[in-house]
Amino acid sequence: MKSLYFIAAILTVIGLAVISLFIGAGHITPADLYSNENIRDIFFASRVPRTVALLFAGSAMSVSGLIMQLLTQNRFVEPTLVGTTQSASLGLLVMMVFAPAASIMSKMVVASLFAMAGTLLFMLISRKIVLKSTLMVPLIGIMLGAVISAITTFFAMYFDLLQSLGGWESGDFSGILRGRYELLWLVGGLTLLACFCADQFTIAGLGRDFSINIGLNYRRVMLLGLTVIALIGGIVVVVVGVLPFLGLIVPNIVSLLFGDNIRKTMPWICLFGGGLVLLCDIIGRTIRYPFEIPVSVILGVVGAVLFLILLNRKRYAN
Amino acid sequence: MIEIDNISKQYQTTFVLKNVNATITKGGITSIIGPNGAGKSTLLSIISRLLIADEGVVRVNNLDVATTPSDKLATYLSVLRQENRYTSRLTVQELVGFGRYPYTKGRLNSDDHRRIAEALDYLNLTEFKDRFLDELSGGQRQRAYVAMILCQDTEYVLLDEPLNNLDMKHSVSMMKQLRKAADELGKTVVLVIHDINFASVYSDTILAMKKGEVVYQGTPDDIMRSSILEDIFDTPIKIEQVCGQNIAVYY
Repeated sequence: MKSLYFIAAILTVIGLAVISLFIGAGHITPADLYSNENIRDIFFASRVPRTVALLFAGSAMSVSGLIMQLLTQNRFVEPTLVGTTQSASLGLLVMMVFAPAASIMSKMVVASLFAMAGTLLFMLISRKIVLKSTLMVPLIGIMLGAVISAITTFFAMYFDLLQSLGGWESGDFSGILRGRYELLWLVGGLTLLACFCADQFTIAGLGRDFSINIGLNYRRVMLLGLTVIALIGGIVVVVVGVLPFLGLIVPNIVSLLFGDNIRKTMPWICLFGGGLVLLCDIIGRTIRYPFEIPVSVILGVVGAVLFLILLNRKRYAN
Repeated sequence: MIEIDNISKQYQTTFVLKNVNATITKGGITSIIGPNGAGKSTLLSIISRLLIADEGVVRVNNLDVATTPSDKLATYLSVLRQENRYTSRLTVQELVGFGRYPYTKGRLNSDDHRRIAEALDYLNLTEFKDRFLDELSGGQRQRAYVAMILCQDTEYVLLDEPLNNLDMKHSVSMMKQLRKAADELGKTVVLVIHDINFASVYSDTILAMKKGEVVYQGTPDDIMRSSILEDIFDTPIKIEQVCGQNIAVYY
């Protein structure tokens, strides 16, 4: 029965991907693809990269949310909420100020390093308060994120870079073209790496004592998780921008439906995350056709509603 | 054999453990008793390498727990501490399966599946095996964790207050199951336990701690004396013989 659902989910995501490939300002039909070389070129330069980017970024952000929740043992945290993405933006700004001509690769590296530092800071703070209250942890994270983004905004204004920073930050796939999205394959690789370490993350989610008892190198798993979160956060911010709520709602809904055995649920999280971003992007592209609403806006609305529903569930109240 | 050799641990300036020396022999049940803040859980954590001592060495089967590779130690010694608030949504069966992780690193074979089924059966959890942990009562969850520890199948089993969350019936059956594990499976069980009457009735050795030191060690008959217990707990305690057992009355 479960495998039947899984096949249905894969078919749905494939269906969404096909829709995503064939909608947009320029009208393309499968027949054109076959006959018209020009259209074929547009298709592979713009449409395919966009759809691939949506899938990779969506599943990666969901997976990194999941890892963060397991490592902090708190269901209400995710990278765009607690300072990871905000730190990555700060890193991006630093590069815009000091090395505006730097390659996108070096921007990404610096953004990821900042993301790592920010996430580490959050984890250190959250460990100090972890026993006192579940909701304190995300609240502290939100405050930390707000402080970091206030610093970023201040310096962006000072250097007159607010507008271009805003352009980088807003989660938008309209600028995804061949030659400007390939870094996301790296994100795909990181997601795959996380899948291979699924058991280790499941165990880490059961706590430090539990992990050490069965001989897991807890410190190494923490470091691995942190690195994956930071790299995914850094790359996605540089290439796509901020995708809010994804890391929060996708892992939580999958956990409610299928539990927390990550080895079993990881494929679901990837599919659901990728599918949700595809769907939000399709909505954003069709709702005011031929204009586009950035996917982050749609995600914000959909995500907030889903998040409120989650919060209202009694089981999650404590 | 667990050798505790001159262990000290301090937080800032206060000693939690001060030059603790003790030996826990192989086989049977050893109960660690003592008032709050005596350092019982800290000692258990240091024996099981969850905490690092400031000074001293703990050896389990002649292996220094601080330097032996953790995954190797996990096949000799298992430990269960009090559960924290966060509950993962694993099924009981999945949780118990992680007891095999030190041996198989997650790839369960048919032998593992047999052991998992046995451990579930041992703690009467078979009917709950597909339930998520957060859908169980506190007592059932506690038993699921103990089943996981038994599935780990180590010579030494260390449990920090295993009767937490359990009602009378389940407390008794938990102690009987631990007794059975010691007698039939030859395990060495070490417990931190608050109820001294359970310690009296079910253990072979009692280790009493106070203010970071081991103050008494002996058989239940040696320790279950009014003068000794009053010294440990600083409260009037009478010992009565009930059904051939030493029972402390302190109400």
